[in-house]
Order: sequence, then structure tokens, then C-alpha cells
Amino acid sequence: MNILSNISNIIIPALIFYIVGYGLISKVKVYEEFINGAKSGLKTVVQIMPTLIGLMVAVGVLRASGFMQFFGGLFGNLTEQVGIPADVVPLLLIKMFSSSAATGLVLDIFKTHGPDSYTGMLTSVLMSCTETIFYTMSVYFLTAKVTKTRWTLAGALFSMVISLIVSVIMAGMMT
Amino acid sequence: MLNYIWAIMILIGILYAAFTGNITSVTEAALDSAGEAVSLCITMAGIMALWMGLMEVAGKAGLIAKLSSGIQPFLSFLFPKIPKRHAAREYIATNFIANILGLGWACTPAGLKAMEALAGLEKERGNPEYVKDVGKRSASSEMCTFLVMNISSLQLIPVNMIAYRSQYGSVNPTAIIGPAIVATLISTVAAILFCKVAAKK
Repeated sequence: MNILSNISNIIIPALIFYIVGYGLISKVKVYEEFINGAKSGLKTVVQIMPTLIGLMVAVGVLRASGFMQFFGGLFGNLTEQVGIPADVVPLLLIKMFSSSAATGLVLDIFKTHGPDSYTGMLTSVLMSCTETIFYTMSVYFLTAKVTKTRWTLAGALFSMVISLIVSVIMAGMMT
Repeated sequence: MLNYIWAIMILIGILYAAFTGNITSVTEAALDSAGEAVSLCITMAGIMALWMGLMEVAGKAGLIAKLSSGIQPFLSFLFPKIPKRHAAREYIATNFIANILGLGWACTPAGLKAMEALAGLEKERGNPEYVKDVGKRSASSEMCTFLVMNISSLQLIPVNMIAYRSQYGSVNPTAIIGPAIVATLISTVAAILFCKVAAKK
């Protein structure tokens, strides 16, 4: 576990050092370019703000209504046996369709359980190693005008199951 | 897609609350959540600005281009049948690197270009479904592999997750980087194996 937390602690300073150092050697005006990039980062955040408001309101409403507990409770008893808390079940389903809708649920989980709890850790790792299956498939295949997707879905689901298993193990080790 | 998901979440929430007598807490939740989204964006703004600033420096210094050429041997292994110097390779490289660095906005355009280039490759190969512009094409093995890799996520540093964790009071928001890298590596290796086996059939 020590190696993992060492990687976690060291990677960001190391990356910043490497990028700034490399930039300086390559005669890039590092500070000016940093500011330019930071501007576009801020723009991105401003652009996603309305989306985030919309989704967090939807998740907030769903949670306050008691429906999420009801839904999670349906499968919770089963999934908790294998280390998946009831609150993570709706997240797994929604993540397959929409990344931003999943974000709403992630924030809700962090709020209720705390990001450092087992549920919070599992959510963090899981969301870091999965992507939206159906959204990606529909947009990408539409571009290539493909209707028969062969083994793409099977491969995507397979990799998601592996991610889930590894995340459960990792979250168990971290907490 | 999101239109339906969003509407269903809101409508079910309000209906369920009405039947279970939770309707007052729905009002409160709606207002609170809206405010919370804004304060989250303020935390995120700092982290995103920092990350994108660094990425701009990396891009201008030629680091990102260097990375794309660095992963060419890996692409040859993953897609042995795409000819060297084919446009598809370049787009796939850009898409993978953007994925690894968590540059979400750069992934999709490069990814879509890659899909077009892969469709072009099928045409060059004389695949009848692609030569004629018919509606029913089946995906090439390269397309399947490319998509499975995309879906399995290659992200090295989960920047967003770190921002969310710090917003909700994590003692060590970056603690997940190590485990996330391990999880991403394992799921990506599993995805590669799957694609290699499936493409042979």
C-alpha cells in the first residue's frame, strides 16, 4: 500500500516539475503559456456549470424523495455481499449512459458518505477507470455510419466488470 | 440521451416524493443543490485552470507531440493491420494521449476523426459495405478495439475526481491517484486481451 500512496503523493509535484522544466529548456514562455491554458481551463468550468447545476438539482430531488434509497435497497442486499454498497448501484447503471449524470450521483455519495469512506473510495477509483459505454458507442459509430457493432459492447462490459472488481479490491485496501 | 435521463430523474423524484410525503424536502434539495453546484465549480475552477495551464506549457514545449510518437510502437501492437503513416494512426495517438492526460475536450474530436479514418481504411481495403454508401455497415476489428480502449478509460490522473474529493472535505484528495492508475492499467490490459482474442475469431 505504501508504494501506491507514494505514487499518489509524488506524481503531481513530479509532473509539474517535469513540464515546467522541459518547457524552460525548450524555450517556451512558460508563465505566459500557463496563463493562456489556465484561461481555457476556467472557460471549460464556466461551460459545464449550467450542466452541473441541472444534474445536481435532479439528483438532489431524486435523493430527497427517498427514491434512491428505495432503488438501491432493491439490489443492495445482493451487491453488498460482494463489496458494492447500495448507493453505488444506481451510479453503475447511470455511468453506462451519461458521464455527467454520473457526476451528479458521485457528488451525492461524497456528500453523504464522505470521499474517504469505503463507499467514497470505491466511487473515486471506479469513476477514474471507467467511461460511458453507450454514449461513446453511439457517437463514435454514428460518425463511421456503422450499425453492426460486433464485439464492442461485450468488450466494453468485460472491461467495466474488471474495473469494478479491481476498484472493490483497491477501495478495500485503502480503507 | 441526457434529455430523457434528466427528465426521468426529476419526474420520478417529484412523483415519488408526493406519494411518500417527502415533498417539502424536495423543495429544499432543489434549491440547495443548485447553490452547491456553483460552489463546486469554484473549487473546480482552480484545479482545472492549474491543469490546463500545465497542459498548455506541455503542448507548446512539444511534450504532447513527443508522447504521440512515443506510443507508436504500442499502436503497432494494438492495430497491426493499420499501415504506418496512415491518418488513422495519428488520430488514434492524439485521442489516446488526450485520454491519458485527462483532456476530455480533445479526446472526442480526435476520436471521431479516427473513426472516419478507420472507415476510410475499410474503403481502401475494398470492403463492399464501405465502398458503397449503404446504411448497414459492420464495425471493423480496429474500430471495435479502438472503442473498447476508449471505454476502458486510459486516464492517468483523475483530475475531476480529485477536485470533487477536495470539495467534499477529503483529508487526502490525491490519495486515489495510485489506486486509480493500478485499476486503469489492469482494466486496460484486460480490454487489450479481450480485443486480441475477439479480433482473431
